[in-house]
Amino acid sequence: MLDNNQLLRFTTAGSVDDGKSTLIGRLLYDSKSIFEDQLEAIESTSKKKGHEGVDLALFTDGLRDEREQGITIDVAYRYFTTPKRKFIIADTPGHIQYTRNMVTGASTANAAIILVDARHGVIEQTKRHAFIASLLQIPHVIVCINKMDLVDFSEEAYNKVIGQFEEFSSKLLVKDVRFIPISALLGDNVVNRSENMDWYQGAPLLHTLETMHISSDINKVDARFPVQTVLRPQSEEFRDYRGYAGRVASGVLRKGDEVTVMPSGFVSKIKSIDSFSGEVEEAFAPMSVSITLEDDIDISRGDMIVRSNNKPEAQQDIEVMLCWLNNSPAKPRAKYTIKHTSNEQKAMINEVLYKIDINTLNRSTEDTEMSMNDICKVRIRTTKPLMIDPYRENRTTGSIILVDDATNETVAAGMVV
Amino acid sequence: MSKYYLNYLDELESEAIFVLREVWAQFQNPVILFSGGKDSIVVTHLARKAFYPSKIPFALMHVDTGHNFPETIKFRDDLIEELGVRLIVGSVQESIDQGRVAEEKGKNATRNALQITTLLDAIESNKVDCAIGGGRRDEEKARAKERFFSHRDDFGQWDPKNQRPELWNLFNGKHFEGEHFRVFPISNWTEMDVWNYINRENIEIPSLYFAHEREVVWRSNSWIPNSEFLKLDEGEEVVTKKIRFRTLGDITITGGIESDADTVEKIAQEVSAMRQTERGNRSDDKRSETAMEDRKKQGYF
Ligand SMILES: Nc1nc2c(ncn2[C@@H]2O[C@H](COP(=O)(O)OP(=O)(O)O)[C@@H](O)[C@H]2O)c(=O)[nH]1
Ligand SMILES: [Mg+2]
Repeated sequence: MLDNNQLLRFTTAGSVDDGKSTLIGRLLYDSKSIFEDQLEAIESTSKKKGHEGVDLALFTDGLRDEREQGITIDVAYRYFTTPKRKFIIADTPGHIQYTRNMVTGASTANAAIILVDARHGVIEQTKRHAFIASLLQIPHVIVCINKMDLVDFSEEAYNKVIGQFEEFSSKLLVKDVRFIPISALLGDNVVNRSENMDWYQGAPLLHTLETMHISSDINKVDARFPVQTVLRPQSEEFRDYRGYAGRVASGVLRKGDEVTVMPSGFVSKIKSIDSFSGEVEEAFAPMSVSITLEDDIDISRGDMIVRSNNKPEAQQDIEVMLCWLNNSPAKPRAKYTIKHTSNEQKAMINEVLYKIDINTLNRSTEDTEMSMNDICKVRIRTTKPLMIDPYRENRTTGSIILVDDATNETVAAGMVV
Repeated sequence: MSKYYLNYLDELESEAIFVLREVWAQFQNPVILFSGGKDSIVVTHLARKAFYPSKIPFALMHVDTGHNFPETIKFRDDLIEELGVRLIVGSVQESIDQGRVAEEKGKNATRNALQITTLLDAIESNKVDCAIGGGRRDEEKARAKERFFSHRDDFGQWDPKNQRPELWNLFNGKHFEGEHFRVFPISNWTEMDVWNYINRENIEIPSLYFAHEREVVWRSNSWIPNSEFLKLDEGEEVVTKKIRFRTLGDITITGGIESDADTVEKIAQEVSAMRQTERGNRSDDKRSETAMEDRKKQGYF
């Protein structure tokens, strides 16, 4: 495998039975990423269930309940590698709790594959998925029009779906949308080019995933370094060493850069950027390094080192698009722990500005109760300032989660507006 | 194309280091679960990198079934000395002697399931609030659903249907007294990634992974090593073969494969051409289709 190969993370979305699991099974199977014993195991399960042939969907439907009920209940991760790239798939279920699970899978994805059944065209569920993809700012969206075999591989059916999709997606913020007609069951345009659809000039799905440009998916402009922990070795050799350990969230930091530590505002210069293998001249996202500064300043976990001429905003009143993830609804004016990069504070949801009906994209200012899967714009007040950027500019410094102190559960995910 | 991107191994490494540092920041008393296998060796190597120039700030915990390869124990002790970290051993033999668990009976008896009790006892008595493991999502279908930060209740149990959502890189390790977390820094690595990384980083691994001559018996589709614990069945015969192990577990259940691969590079080549998953040779996973899920719910690694 080439040493400069990149990693691409993608998520799959579609309604129940649109063929998500079959598609992933097909990708793994045709790219020879399935082992014999795995194949044997699903062959025997397929037989037990009375399926003819191998049910490729069984590769991803992992847990006992899922296999028994034939559904996908949670996010499952799959891996495969081609000579061009390594892929991580977040396979998310299409029905119950779809918003919660898709939001989870989408949060780290470079690309989203949205499946549409060619017979049914764009349905409400498709709109929800496209909306979530835009809300989570997934850089690339691939709409796969599946089950083309059931519509005689007709170009007309394909164009109809494109028309329907473009009609409503013009209202959304998706940067890069592509359309591919496929048959997950038969393999057309998944890994291999379809022989049944001469009229389609574009690339098959795998080739699209292998070649799409992802280096610019991370913000390389705004240098942000959230401090995770301070390294203070006890050894003689490194007695005076004080390294700030963390992962570059965005941008590039160089030795000698003038930096500001937030929220304190102290200014210093980067003395060294260290890793186990030695010093490096520069560090960029998403590298994990340890930084030392020229001056002895008091820095701890939760602080952020940034370049002095480009700072995030330190804010205590934050507007976020919040997705509620928990069974119990949000309690009015209740206190939560807010987690933002390595920072953690107490927070209160001060005001629900509106709720989005994700079927119509209409905003409601009347119904402002937040239950599982609801998406609302809210105003949050924190006990101390957070160093934030808008989510659309920075997925790392623009995202937060809320933890309920009574249960310790992660109850909401938010994107800074 | 901008020069500012990482290749996939560097990205996986950076992610794992990030996770290890989160563990250190979020927990009081974390340990690395060290089995002596390649995955926990890689995790330990990553911990070294994550905290350099400090020492690894965690103890290593080994659940000792008493059915070890002697090579594994030697490797473990040498590594502990080199790193200067503390070793905690949970002994399955002691759990048996104390009547906490009963030895399985019959031909296919193993101590595999007994480890759960010993592990949970060791976690409790050492007040461990986070056990870092080398589990990977590509290993097994139940593991494909694991979070990086995986919550365990005060009985040490995993509830796969009620896991905390994990978004971006915001890991929530909050827990109540008596509960703990399992954290898997190399969740996103595949077996191939592990070998490529061992090769690139020149990480030392036990000699058992390299092809060597050994007395073995052909049983459930693999070469089971001869040892003091092995009881021969009728028709079974001890032979000498050149083999190597793809994973390391108890000497009683870990099957070897015939191989000439005697360097990491050759192993990586061999693995990339394999048509069987690594756990395909482990009889503990073959007991039923959901064997791993069932054990994991109870508190298994
Ligand atoms: N004819 C046809 N059937 C398909 C295709 N893709 C999936 N299916 C079938 O549609 C059903 C649902 O597929 P599955 O992958 O489980 O859908 P999921 O719920 O989105 O994961 C199964 O019976 C599949 O065999 C396709 O391209 N053509
Ligand atoms: Mg499915």
